[in-house]
Amino acid sequence: MLVGERERTSVTPVTWAGREEVIYRHRAMERALEGSEVSPSEQSRAWLTALRGDGAERERAIARLHDLLLRAARFELSRRRAALSYVRGDELEDIATQAADDALMAVLAKLDDYRGASRFTTWAYKFALLEAGVKLRRRAWQDREVVLDPESWPAVADPRSSAHEELEQAELLEALRLAVEAELTPHQRQVFVALALNEVPIDVLAERLNTNRNALYKTLHDARHKLRRKLAEDGLVLPEGR
Amino acid sequence: MMTGEAMAKQDDKHNPKLERLLGPRGYELSCDECFELLDEYVELELQGADADEHIPGLRSHLYGCPACREEHESLLALVARDGPASA
Repeated sequence: MLVGERERTSVTPVTWAGREEVIYRHRAMERALEGSEVSPSEQSRAWLTALRGDGAERERAIARLHDLLLRAARFELSRRRAALSYVRGDELEDIATQAADDALMAVLAKLDDYRGASRFTTWAYKFALLEAGVKLRRRAWQDREVVLDPESWPAVADPRSSAHEELEQAELLEALRLAVEAELTPHQRQVFVALALNEVPIDVLAERLNTNRNALYKTLHDARHKLRRKLAEDGLVLPEGR
Repeated sequence: MMTGEAMAKQDDKHNPKLERLLGPRGYELSCDECFELLDEYVELELQGADADEHIPGLRSHLYGCPACREEHESLLALVARDGPASA
């Protein structure tokens, strides 16, 4: 037997066994990712294994994850479609695709943060819903002015907003206005008027002020705390609870 | 633990609209903390567990933050559509 023939006869069975192994693992992984025949924790482990793997298996898992995230983003769009009736369908589809792309990057970057407290798919969904929600809020407000002058309240309070209508009782409005003026810093005033009174979406304001949702909400929280303390002294609201 | 909404409703003599503007009265999570725990909270809700006992402050945050509230509602609906988590 020639050396080359021995090599072929010894290599060929291994190659076929290897292919069968790959096919078997691929099918097992596909079933696991679908979650149809395994427990949620096994499904989650399958996702992590596939995404932390390499080669074609990882590429297939990433493609499946993108499909999952795109489905979540489209779900969010379908829930908000009524408020975005003036936006063309192809633009909405672009928003869904961008949201899925951004969510995919976030999920892959944060894989080590996944603690297994929920199904992997539930954990991943929230990234797509966040990205889609932020993009939709910004799209809805892209042609609207956000008045950021904290000194001009309540003239800037949008009379079309439900919050304004609800506070039409003059006494309450005046008490709130005085508390806003007396208790808040200019930045707190700006944030409270925009978010709470004029109902500007927090992601829209964050973009205009070059900050983020968490920082803005902290400012809003501190402003609310000050206002509640003052208005509770006047008997208009309940004091802070536990 | 009382949720922000429940706390606001407990005394009718106070204006509920003003209460809403002032957000929850008690402890609440931040937006980042809410996002971190939202998936676990939603699955607990769908399992019928006491999610507020397990994760204090998240429900109050949802009362005060419309953006996080929308994302909670969407995640709850999406995961419910997928079926039960326990197997």
